[in-house]
Amino acid sequence: MIHARGLAQTFETKQGRTTTQVRAVDGVDLDIEEGEVVGFLGPNGAGKTTTLRMLTTLLRPTEGTATVAGYDVVTQSADVRRSIGYVSQTGGISSYARAGEEVMDHGMLYGRTKAQVEKRGKELFEELQLDGLWDRQSKTMSGGQKRRLDIAMGLIHDPTLVFLDEPTTGLDPQARANLWTHISDLRERRGATVFLTTHYLDEADSLSDRIIIIDKGQIVASDTSDNLKSAVSGDLVDLEVAGAEHVAEAAKRLGSLGDGSSEVEVNGNRVSGRVRRAGRAVPGLLRDLDANGIALDAIEVHRPTLDDVFLTLTGRSLRDAEASTETPTPEGAPQ
Amino acid sequence: MSTFLRECFIVFRRQLRMNLRNPAWVFIGAFQPVLYVVLFGPLLKPLIGQLGATNAYTFFIPGMLVQLGIFGAFFAGFGLIGEWREGVIEAERVTPANRSALLVGRLMRDELQLLVQALILVALGYAMGMDAPFDGILLGIALTLLIGGACAASSLAFALTVKSEDVMAPVINMVMMPVLLLSGILLPMTIGPGWLEKASDFMPIRWVVDAVRNAFGGNWDGSTLFWGSAWSVGLFALAIWWGTATFRRENA
Ligand SMILES: Nc1ncnc2c1ncn2[C@@H]1O[C@H](COP(=O)(O)OP(=O)(O)OP(=O)(O)O)[C@@H](O)[C@H]1O
Ligand SMILES: [Mg+2]
Repeated sequence: MIHARGLAQTFETKQGRTTTQVRAVDGVDLDIEEGEVVGFLGPNGAGKTTTLRMLTTLLRPTEGTATVAGYDVVTQSADVRRSIGYVSQTGGISSYARAGEEVMDHGMLYGRTKAQVEKRGKELFEELQLDGLWDRQSKTMSGGQKRRLDIAMGLIHDPTLVFLDEPTTGLDPQARANLWTHISDLRERRGATVFLTTHYLDEADSLSDRIIIIDKGQIVASDTSDNLKSAVSGDLVDLEVAGAEHVAEAAKRLGSLGDGSSEVEVNGNRVSGRVRRAGRAVPGLLRDLDANGIALDAIEVHRPTLDDVFLTLTGRSLRDAEASTETPTPEGAPQ
Repeated sequence: MSTFLRECFIVFRRQLRMNLRNPAWVFIGAFQPVLYVVLFGPLLKPLIGQLGATNAYTFFIPGMLVQLGIFGAFFAGFGLIGEWREGVIEAERVTPANRSALLVGRLMRDELQLLVQALILVALGYAMGMDAPFDGILLGIALTLLIGGACAASSLAFALTVKSEDVMAPVINMVMMPVLLLSGILLPMTIGPGWLEKASDFMPIRWVVDAVRNAFGGNWDGSTLFWGSAWSVGLFALAIWWGTATFRRENA
């Protein structure tokens, strides 16, 4: 459905006389099959929006090629546009327009008739819990309502390939869960392919068949959530030792589990370390500790999170990366 | 072609609907021509004898018409920048709609506005005693729509290129000054000194103003009408080409 080779985008920004080049996307290869739901994950400024804008024909790639729904994004851009739906990060609804009319006009630009878009629009408003807002100006809507309106607009023509740029930003947990259901339905009921960007790890985790991680314009990983996590060196085993005198011994025994390479952290009575396939290793550990008279107050086993994956791949935590990357908004550019 | 027209119409209807819901837009638009005639007419009337014309309104309404047309149109781009900032342009560009339709639809709104204003102005002129032949008025309004459309299309193209009101405003000011001063919009250039009249020969809009004035005066002979029409059509075509190119450009 989506195939890209060496896709790159270099922006030139002028500040006074100096021109700085920003390589926002730096040689991206993508292969996304029909019916897949793919989460595109990365910190601020990683190049997610820029990649999406190239795939949706809004931005001409400075290097590389891409085909979307079988059409080349540069030479057959009109065919690409006919085959996709796109919800941009910042939306595209005039604050003075009335919600229903804006959505209908958008659908009609796809060649749908007035009757078709009106019917589908009203359905979408209901499904996205926008009932009663059909005649409202979007400037009078809350942030989350506006976001759902953007999504309704992107889906009005029932596209079978959908690009969603941070669809759930600003939604409350309940609206977010509702949108997740909606996105899953797109695939289940219509066989749609969905390519969505997100900052929320849980979202990428629960929604997508496959996760693609981008950092500094380059793809650093692409796999199922489970595989990505297994690639991280194991589950986190966290012990709370009953007596202070046993802490060192417990740490030694935890460290010798698995291949014995993992580092063990000790913090007061707490001992933690990464263990491959903890489900198999931990019963043995418990027997071992018990046999040596070491009692535990608590034990917790955590599966790796996507944040751990990101940390392993880039040496930075996704959260740190967010905090440290400055993203000066390019002058008024829609992100 | 029919798809193209349909797309133009969707864009046009959306623009018009939003404008019509704005009472200030409707009121100011309709009131502008009234102000011209009511406040400016009496001021110009005493001068008419010195200009060698007999009917003040037949003489001044054409200038007001062209001024109304081009100055209103110059501001068309401001609304577009607002739309671009809200992501509307990008949302439209991601649909398969023809890029030219996105421009032409907006232009149709500007032309309709101008047409309504022109009709109000002409009706008022008649009420005040203007004496112009019907075919002359038709031609005059047609030329105004062409030159106004050229200005609107340029304004839209420029707006989408610079995407900033702060750049747009001074540039419009800079363009409007010489247009106002060298086009003989209110007073004909022929009453000025020779060098000034020569300078105005290089101002295309001067020819348009003269042509509209001749048309209103029922004066069909001479090259003025030809040059005025030629400039109107030429500038209109050029501006449409520029506007279309801007809307087509990837990354706009
Ligand atoms: N029009 C532009 N001109 C110049 N630089 C740009 C432009 N658009 C994006 N950039 C730069 O390209 C880089 C990637 O931006 P992009 O919007 O793709 O990031 P992102 O992954 O979508 O981030 P976010 O999570 O904040 O939305 C950033 O450094 C950004 O500043
Ligand atoms: Mg983004």
